[in-house]
Amino acid sequence: MNPRILAATTGRILRQLRHDRRTIALLVVVPSVLLTLVYFMYADQPAPPGQPSAFDRIALVMLGIFPFVIMFLVTSIAMLRERTSGTLERLLTTPLGKLDLLFGYGIAFGLAAAVQAAVAAGVAYWIFDLDTAGNSGLVIGIAVVDAVLGVALGLFCSAFARTEFQAVQFLPVVVVPQLLLCGLFVARDQMAGWLQALSDAFPLSYAIEALQEVGANAEPTGRMWRDVVVVLGAVVLALVLAAATLRRRSG
Amino acid sequence: MDDAIAVRDLLVDRGGRRVLNGISCTVPRGAVTGLLGPSGSGKTTFMRAVVGVQVVTGGTVTVLGQPAGSPALRHKVGYLTQAPSVYADLTVRENARYFAALHGRGRAEADQAISDVGLAQAATQLVGTLSGGQRSRASLACALVGEPELVILDEPTVGQDPVLRADLWARFHAMAAAGTTLLVSSHVMDEAARCDRLLLIREGRLIADDSPAAIRAAAGVDDLDEAFLRLIRAGATSGGNAS
Repeated sequence: MNPRILAATTGRILRQLRHDRRTIALLVVVPSVLLTLVYFMYADQPAPPGQPSAFDRIALVMLGIFPFVIMFLVTSIAMLRERTSGTLERLLTTPLGKLDLLFGYGIAFGLAAAVQAAVAAGVAYWIFDLDTAGNSGLVIGIAVVDAVLGVALGLFCSAFARTEFQAVQFLPVVVVPQLLLCGLFVARDQMAGWLQALSDAFPLSYAIEALQEVGANAEPTGRMWRDVVVVLGAVVLALVLAAATLRRRSG
Repeated sequence: MDDAIAVRDLLVDRGGRRVLNGISCTVPRGAVTGLLGPSGSGKTTFMRAVVGVQVVTGGTVTVLGQPAGSPALRHKVGYLTQAPSVYADLTVRENARYFAALHGRGRAEADQAISDVGLAQAATQLVGTLSGGQRSRASLACALVGEPELVILDEPTVGQDPVLRADLWARFHAMAAAGTTLLVSSHVMDEAARCDRLLLIREGRLIADDSPAAIRAAAGVDDLDEAFLRLIRAGATSGGNAS
C-alpha cells in the first residue's frame, strides 16, 4: 500500500459520489424516512414494563443495518462498474496496489456512511426521542463499522458477479440471511441450535449485539468491544479474500 | 540498446480458441511501431500480453528487459484500452489528475496531458457528456499523463476527425523523438504509412514485420493496402509465416 495512491483513490471515489447528487440525497434522506415509518408504526404500542419500547429496540438496530445494506449494494455496483468499464484493468497496469483500491473504497464509503449514520442518529435521538443507556457517539461509531463491513463484503462478492443482475442477487444471498438471524426478529438465544450456530457465524450478529449493548448499558461493556473486534476481524478477512480474487491477469 | 519489447513464440488461448499462434517479434525503442491487422486478428490480445494483463498459454514476453507485467514496469508502461476506460462520472481534469497521482505526477502534468490531446476546452466537463471521440482522447490523456517509457495504444485515433488525427500522430512522433517507445494498433491502413515499423497480424499469426518502405518494396507496390493484400495472399498460398 502507498499512502499517496490510497489518498488519491479515496479522493477519486468521493469525487465520483459528489457528482452524483441524487445518490447523496438518497443516502442521507432514506434512513430518516424509514425511521419515521417505524416510529409511527409503533407509536401506539405500549412498552412492556422494565423493557425498552419497540421503537427504541428496532430503531437502534436499524441504525446499524442501513449502512451495512446500503454500502454493500453501492460497493458491489461500483466495483462491477470498475470491471465492466475497463478502468479496473487499466488501474491494475499502474503502480496502484490491490489494497490501495480496496482500502480506498473502504475509507471513501466509510466516510459516506459516517455522514449517513450521523444524520439518521440525529433524527432518531432528537426528533423521535430514541433512548439508549449508552452514548450516541458509540452508536454512530458502530454504524460506521457496520458500513465498512458492508463495503468489505461487497468488494469480495463483486468478484463473483459478471453482470449487474448477478450483483444485485447477492443481496438476498449474503445480506438477507444475516438480517433474519441477527436477533432483530427472534432473540438469538430463543432460536433453534443450528440457527444459533449460523447466527454465530454471521458478522452482522456481532454488529447488532454491539449496538444492543450500547442500548442497555451506560458504559461500554467488554462484550461490546469484543463484538466490535469480531466485526473488524470479518472486515479484514473479507478484504484479504477480495484482494486474493482480484487478478491482474485474466483470460 | 536492446529492444523495448521482445516476444518469443507467444501462444494465447481465449474462450477455448487460439487467438495468438506463435508470434515472435521485437519492437525497437524510441520509435512508433504500428500493429496492423483486421478486426479479430488478435491485436488487442497481443497488447494485453505486452501490458501483462493477459493469461498466456506459452512463450515469453519481455518488456524493457523484464517479464511483461512485472511490478517495476507499472511505472514505465502506459496503456490505452480500446474502449475508453475513464470514469464517466468524473470530469476530464479529475480523471487526468487521478491517473497522474497514481504515477506520482501533479496537477501541472495532468493539465498538460489534457491540452496535448486537444481537450483543454472540455477539461471541466464530465466525461459522460463528451462525444465518443473526445472520450477516447480523455482516455488517451490518462495513458500519457505518467510520461511512460513505453506507450501501448489500442486504436487511439478511432472516431477522430482528420485534423485531430494528424495532430495526434505528430504528437506520437514527437514522443518517439524524445525517446518514448510507442506501439499503436490500427485497422486503418492509411495510418500504417505514418509508422516507423509495422507488425501485421492476421488470424493470430505475424505475416509482416518490417518498415513501411521495405514492405512496399517486398510486395512490389507503392500502396500499403495493396502490399498487405499481396502478403496475405502469398501467406495463404504458402501456408507459412512471412516472418
